[in-house]
Amino acid sequence: MARPDSVYFFGTCLVDLFYPQAGLAAIRLIQREGVRVIFPQGQTCCGQPAFNSGYQDDARAVARKQIALFPGDLPIVVPSGSCAAMMRHHYPALFEGEADHAAAAAFASRICELTQFLTTLGIELRDRGEPVKVAWHASCHAMREMGVGDEPKSLVRQLSNVELLELSRERECCGFGGTFSVRYPEISAAMVSDKAADVVATGAQELLSADCGCLMNIAGALGAKGVPLRARHVAEFLWERTRER
Amino acid sequence: MDGLIGKRAVQFPDQEEWAALRARGAEARARALANLPDLLIRLEARCRANGMEVHWAETTEEANEEVLAILNRRGAKHVVKGKSMVSEEMHLNDFLESHGIESLESDLGEYIIQLDHETPSHIIMPAIHKNRKQIARLFGEKIRAAKYTEDVDELTGIARRVLRRKFEEADAGVSGVNFAVAETGTLFLIENEGNGRMSTHVPPVHIALMGIEKVLERLEDVPPLLTLLTRSATGQPISTYLNMITAPRSRDEKDGPREVHLVILDNARSRIYADPELRTTLRCIRCGACMNHCPVYTRVGGHAYDAVYPGPIGKILTPQVEGLAHRHDLTHASSLCGACVEVCPVQIPISSLLIRLRKEASSGGVVKGAGEGRTRAEAFTWAVWKRIHASPPAYRVVSWLATRLGRFVPAVGPLKAWTTVRTKPRFAHKTLHELTREEGVPDV
Repeated sequence: MARPDSVYFFGTCLVDLFYPQAGLAAIRLIQREGVRVIFPQGQTCCGQPAFNSGYQDDARAVARKQIALFPGDLPIVVPSGSCAAMMRHHYPALFEGEADHAAAAAFASRICELTQFLTTLGIELRDRGEPVKVAWHASCHAMREMGVGDEPKSLVRQLSNVELLELSRERECCGFGGTFSVRYPEISAAMVSDKAADVVATGAQELLSADCGCLMNIAGALGAKGVPLRARHVAEFLWERTRER
Repeated sequence: MDGLIGKRAVQFPDQEEWAALRARGAEARARALANLPDLLIRLEARCRANGMEVHWAETTEEANEEVLAILNRRGAKHVVKGKSMVSEEMHLNDFLESHGIESLESDLGEYIIQLDHETPSHIIMPAIHKNRKQIARLFGEKIRAAKYTEDVDELTGIARRVLRRKFEEADAGVSGVNFAVAETGTLFLIENEGNGRMSTHVPPVHIALMGIEKVLERLEDVPPLLTLLTRSATGQPISTYLNMITAPRSRDEKDGPREVHLVILDNARSRIYADPELRTTLRCIRCGACMNHCPVYTRVGGHAYDAVYPGPIGKILTPQVEGLAHRHDLTHASSLCGACVEVCPVQIPISSLLIRLRKEASSGGVVKGAGEGRTRAEAFTWAVWKRIHASPPAYRVVSWLATRLGRFVPAVGPLKAWTTVRTKPRFAHKTLHELTREEGVPDV
């Protein structure tokens, strides 16, 4: 991908309501690279909750509104592998047979996951923070649908004062799964409890992820156990450690 | 399951080789399914020409009756069985016993659970839910001649001694089929214990059971699928036994069964076949890798699914066979993490099929019981959700209220489930929409 002058930013509903600082940090990281960021104010949600629940008509109605808000032929950066995968890989199927299928497919092809986008920009990070040990949670849809591999960890490794610790089951789901977490709360609880224990066992002071669903889930479990461990979106972490004060 | 996950990973060290091999496997299975009716007719003709008898069954009841008729013709009272998931679909053992015929499982795991009147909790490791001590106790109680031991080799020896005698005495043997090759009329049976060979070669009658989807077009389709199967299932480069069954014993042969019967069962598969997307369900070669890698299966175990096929493959197969009205709950018992999709050797898009089945349950479609999973409360919830999220002004109001008042929402309903092991999600004080406006981030 050629380096764009401008990009759209799709914040996602979880970032909007629970982690807006992560969204703002992501925007600032992109802006600092000299790329103009456009945030269409009408945006709401990618539609994944209804889509995954089997309410495709409702999901499509919401998706259609989003598509209309991003008319320019610019990359659309998303700070969540799951929402990015929904828009990139599931929109074309969701609009199969609809009059606006071509528009949905074109929109889908412009979707970029944040850490992959920052990597293609060739972002260089200079650490200004105190020494800290962090653990990384690789989110399922980022890995398996968006093909996110080492990009986010490579970004973190650029920070000289940060020690990156590996989870013993980095690739295992944290148990969020949207409505799964409340439809099957016992199974989800078992999964997130194991994930939280894995995080604690690394000895990390902070947990990083690029997906706010996972983050809310794991942070909630750590909080309920009374573990004094901060969980943050990687964008917020990268911005806070590299910004000029 | 960590051991199995590790053993499988060792078998696929080269990601490119894995990708190429599974593409070949998926292609062979997809091609077979694309020509399913034709291949089944060819398979039947080849098998008959080879000297086998072929029987068709639309339902499990019909399949049971076919098996019973074959056994009754020979006056068979004692049957030994190799492992067969189709026979589990049929509940064949119970059926035969209700007709006064002993039907003994000879796969060690199946033998163990049959002794304890249980069903398999895994499709290739049926007794994975039992530990050594439980098996020691079970053998001590149920096998008269056995002295109590917790030694695994001794326990295996006890089962072996019982089974040896049963193989010799059996009037008929029943087995499953891993692959049935239409080109040659060959039935492939893949196993590790030799019980499959004993069940199919020692008794005078062999009855093989298969679902209609098991057919392959050509003999050359087998090698990639065989290596995918054994490596994915148990992390073995190849199984200990590979049986290729084509015919009963001929006149000048001294061993082998005198009759070989192939019972081909539909049991809702032709309905699954009819839809091109759902058809991918039928590619399954029953390796069980999806179970071993599933974070849900590994925590709840196979019996929790209350179905013949547990785990991810069961979650897509069972609702299609039994209907969405009663079983759509299974489609939701997944975080859609995709671990199963990643390891499936024939590229079944399990996550996408789960979403498809959820849609069929709520909004209607072609699957049995489509639309019967819809509840008013849920439909209403999503209708309200749509109203808010398809309308920027409505969303602006709701998100403003949520960030100001959300923290006062009591932990009831879904939030109560959430907070059993987690703290309540904390709404931010301002939305990203507000922060970007304050920051002067352009809107267009």
